[in-house]
Amino acid sequence: MRLQVEDLSYSYGEQEAAAQVCLQVDAGEFVGLIGPNGSGKSTVLKSIYRGLTPDRGRILLDGEDLLSMPHRKSALKLAVVGQENEVPFDFTVEEMVAMGRAPHKRLFDVDTPRDRQIVHHALEHLGMERLAGRNYRQLSGGEKQRVLLARAIAQESDFFILDEPTNHLDISYQMQIFDFIKRLNVTVLSAIHDLNMAALYCDRLYVLSGGRVVLEGPPEQVLTPENIYRVYGVRSWVALHPVTGRPAITFLPAGIQTETWREPE
Amino acid sequence: MRLNRPFPRQSPNMPLILSLLAVAAGVTLIVATGLGPVAVSPVTTAKILLHQIPALGGGIAQTWEVLEQNIVLGLRLPRVCLGMIVGASLSVCGVTMQALVRNHLADPFILGVSNGASAFATLGMLFGAFSFLGTYSLAISAFLGAAVTILFVYAISRVRGRIHIPQLLLSGVAISMMMDGITRIITLSAPNALGLHSAESWMAGSLAGARWAYLTLPLAVLVACMVVLMVNHRGLNLLLLGDESAGALGVHVPRLQKLLVLVASLMAGVTISVSGSIGFVGLMVPHFTRLLVGGDHKKVLPIAALLGGILVVWVDVAARLVIAPEELPVGVLTAVIGGPIFLWMLKKSHRGKA
Repeated sequence: MRLQVEDLSYSYGEQEAAAQVCLQVDAGEFVGLIGPNGSGKSTVLKSIYRGLTPDRGRILLDGEDLLSMPHRKSALKLAVVGQENEVPFDFTVEEMVAMGRAPHKRLFDVDTPRDRQIVHHALEHLGMERLAGRNYRQLSGGEKQRVLLARAIAQESDFFILDEPTNHLDISYQMQIFDFIKRLNVTVLSAIHDLNMAALYCDRLYVLSGGRVVLEGPPEQVLTPENIYRVYGVRSWVALHPVTGRPAITFLPAGIQTETWREPE
Repeated sequence: MRLNRPFPRQSPNMPLILSLLAVAAGVTLIVATGLGPVAVSPVTTAKILLHQIPALGGGIAQTWEVLEQNIVLGLRLPRVCLGMIVGASLSVCGVTMQALVRNHLADPFILGVSNGASAFATLGMLFGAFSFLGTYSLAISAFLGAAVTILFVYAISRVRGRIHIPQLLLSGVAISMMMDGITRIITLSAPNALGLHSAESWMAGSLAGARWAYLTLPLAVLVACMVVLMVNHRGLNLLLLGDESAGALGVHVPRLQKLLVLVASLMAGVTISVSGSIGFVGLMVPHFTRLLVGGDHKKVLPIAALLGGILVVWVDVAARLVIAPEELPVGVLTAVIGGPIFLWMLKKSHRGKA
């Protein structure tokens, strides 16, 4: 087991954003975190990647207590692709990706040819070497997200945390990024907004609602019309897709009546 | 439709830019030292300066008057050197503040540091409140004022162990106004007119009082802070990505923020204590530096220091020439030049978002 979160709680003032969250991720797994807006997905992920310090709880990464680890050490083990992707000043794509090398550096270390090589490899991997000298701020949303993915790759970690990285991206970019991460053969914990995406890529899902884990299991067990109605309050029709073998979810507008649908008690 | 930005962002030639600026700084040192109500030619200035270097000095015939030597060595050179140090410190301080608040409109004066320093310094100047500190009472009282202000602002803007940026900016504005009010009360109840005059010209920002003895402290602080910042250049870059991304990339964000607050207040306080408030340098120089080399702090820090030093020296030259033999306070000139540039940046940053 690579990551174990026990009894994690965090509140913004009065409001509890995560309450007694427990989850675990095994080596090589692609685990998805789903739930409505404000259900605490980001809070849980941020607590894991040191974006904020939880009020209570314990997080073990490879058997070590993550919260008492130096930041640099946890950054060597976890690479994060998050929602934040704006910088206030001009940086080139290459400089942005090179920031992924920061956790490998002590205070007086200089950048070595090896660092530059790793950065170029990462860019090459994503087919972005031509953009190396471009201003990051002038890129499109999809290109920016790929740069951040390249940064995570340059970090050379085998555990990725994705905080809804494909939000607001065109479907082609969404697929591109998930396909790419899948090919990396790394352990992944990802918050995913789109349930069909979660069904396609995840081995296991945790469903958060009101800051609590309400369901967990493989997509075909978790993504049922009843569960979806309970958590999201929308009607849906779910079938295993003949090509992918994964649950395919179709949401039903209020005007459509079907016999397969009945409201859970 | 978006137009491409006019400046080239393909990797800037750092060695070239650095050596050009170093040469410019050297030329500035010699030429600016000669300029003033009593002009000394650059050649003479260079000779006088070289004469001071023991190994070379013997080979140079003394063709200048003692008066010229006194002006160059006793008045102008310390002033030019102080200008360099002050300009570099203000610019580097601006870079630090802007990384801290992730905004290019921040400047050393935004946190009310200058007004805090002014309040304490006028208190010392007019009432002798800090006279027990001896010769450096002005420097120390201004520094104390800056430190007190920044600690106050910092304490207010801390939310859950992190600096809350909007809170930081707003409390900076509020405290700067309070300190300004206190300064006015002090000056209005001043017991002597002479002290009042010197306090006023000090507050306007001036390098006129430069003496060799004033250089040591600001230079030491500049060098020390520069080392600290250069060592942390990756952390500064990462901080621009936002607290969360910085944390994810191995930065202990609260610790780095505290360090930056300390560095910024130290540089601002000490600089203000020797030169009064010279505004907008910390705003303009980092901005133009970034246009030149991009946002990477490894490049921005040294270049901003050099550019800032050169800029302040030349503005100071203008300050002593414009209405010669009278002098303008250099802070007045930087405000007149910097104000419009600030407004232009404000307008431009708005357009960028639209």
